Amino acid sequence: MKLIPCPLNGPRPVGEFACLGPAKPMPADDAAPEAWADFAYAEDNPAGPILEWWLHVPSGTMFVAERDTVTDTMIRTLWPADFRAAGGRP
Amino acid sequence: MVFALLRYGLGRRHTPFRVLPPTPATLKPSYDVVVIGGGGHGLATAYYLAKDHGITNVAVLERGWLAGGNTARNTAIIRSNYLTPEGVAFYDESVRLYRRLSNDLGINTMVSERGHLTLAHTDAAMRTMRWRAEVNKSLKVDSEVVGPDEIARLCPELDLSRDKRYPILGALYHAPGSIARHDAVAWGYAMGASQRGVEIHQGTEVQSLEIENGRITGVVTNRGRIACGRVVQAVAGRSSEVARMAGLTLPIRTVPLQACVSEPVKPVLDPIIVSGSLHVYISQSARGEFVMGGATDPYALYSSRSTFEFKEVLMADMLELFPFLGHARVLRQWAGMADMTPDFSPVMGLTPVQNYFIDSGWGTWGFKATPVCGLTMAQTIATGTPHPLIEGFRLDRFSRFAQLGERGAASVGH
Ligand SMILES: Cc1cc2nc3c(=O)[nH]c(=O)nc-3n(C[C@H](O)[C@H](O)[C@H](O)COP(=O)(O)OP(=O)(O)OC[C@H]3O[C@@H](n4cnc5c(N)ncnc54)[C@H](O)[C@@H]3O)c2cc1C
Repeated sequence: MKLIPCPLNGPRPVGEFACLGPAKPMPADDAAPEAWADFAYAEDNPAGPILEWWLHVPSGTMFVAERDTVTDTMIRTLWPADFRAAGGRP
Repeated sequence: MVFALLRYGLGRRHTPFRVLPPTPATLKPSYDVVVIGGGGHGLATAYYLAKDHGITNVAVLERGWLAGGNTARNTAIIRSNYLTPEGVAFYDESVRLYRRLSNDLGINTMVSERGHLTLAHTDAAMRTMRWRAEVNKSLKVDSEVVGPDEIARLCPELDLSRDKRYPILGALYHAPGSIARHDAVAWGYAMGASQRGVEIHQGTEVQSLEIENGRITGVVTNRGRIACGRVVQAVAGRSSEVARMAGLTLPIRTVPLQACVSEPVKPVLDPIIVSGSLHVYISQSARGEFVMGGATDPYALYSSRSTFEFKEVLMADMLELFPFLGHARVLRQWAGMADMTPDFSPVMGLTPVQNYFIDSGWGTWGFKATPVCGLTMAQTIATGTPHPLIEGFRLDRFSRFAQLGERGAASVGH
């Protein structure tokens, strides 16, 4: 069974998690519609490391994880506050 | 056809013939059209370029072996009971092309019309079925909502008892729903294309694209550089990676989709059965194997590994529908990389790069579209204007907030 490292609960079965998609900086509130469309739909979709939002569903723990999409391994996890403090680009 | 078959059957001498054309020893310095990706879509595009538009100085470049990508990995369901008028018209043209494909290509594609039942277990699902049936009927597609009695007649093997977690309330019935022999579809197009002069280069990976003044001028491969008139990408699970070489970012996320088959048994299951709420689907192949699949994996990945979690969830729900499957053993398992778009419609046609065309975003639903993709992409490339059937699938629909939502018509919830 695949285990995902939750920063609060330690390694837990993958079925307890929801991947919420790429973590990227949000446009400003008054940004042009194109910028919002880009934020909502366009994806880098890299073959390699990616930053994503993850949720540990039973405990409601949100975190950011860096993951390799080729080797299917977690590189590290970050708390949202640390992710934001780094301007969304740690 | 019938007489030719009879003559062939009664004949005594059968010389073996080669279905797949050999890879030419070298690439030419230049081609009018370079097709990146030798799956069903790329091969069909090359075929119609040659057949309908007389463009034969064409190279199909395939990094692996012919049609070894998702064309070889899909569960071969063909149907047109979609949700948007654009989707229905497009897929229905493909269903029509599939009906005569064996004759057109001179190879047995084994298209088998089984009927397709999408089961509904909730009131919300019933409402979506009614919506789809009305859209389908208004576009002359054979599609209707049926109740449990009719389901029992069409598929007596289904467990229709009410005393379970998700009793079956009704279904969307689509009589033209079919399955086919996916390899033969690709081989047929490869054969037809190469007979008309198209070169098919296996083991040839596109590694970068040279761009000058908004045009692709060269295609760099592991077997050398070639100059090109026009270039089209049809690379399914690698759409984002290849588009990046042309400087494009796509609304696509690559997620594995897994499937498996059981050991073969005698024919018992005629229609194709799908349950959107339970996230499973099943059909029985001509070989007798139950072909089973479910939802995409829970996160993005460039890998075709199989997982235990997939089978555990799939089987739990499959046994709700067909308890007798508890006796069947799994024979093979595999996965393919599905390029998912936010609205579950493809991304096709022109790009901001003048001579670069795209056929992508085929997610979990592109095998059924193989013939119509070839037909429409060939015309789009030959004329430089999008074929009317694919106008709605344009790349810039996302920045114009003009999506074509087909999520409700995906075979299984994702
Ligand atoms: C498990 C599974 C079940 C499915 N079930 C169904 C179904 O029931 N019905 C349905 O309609 N659809 C289904 N699909 C979707 C369907 O398989 C695909 O949408 C369709 O096969 C895509 O065809 P293609 O020719 O575009 O892609 P492919 O057959 O994947 O061909 C693309 C080719 O491009 C090549 N390539 C990639 N990068 C490069 C490069 N840089 N240079 C050269 N070549 C390159 C690849 O090697 C590959 O052979 C399923 C998919 C999966 C994974």
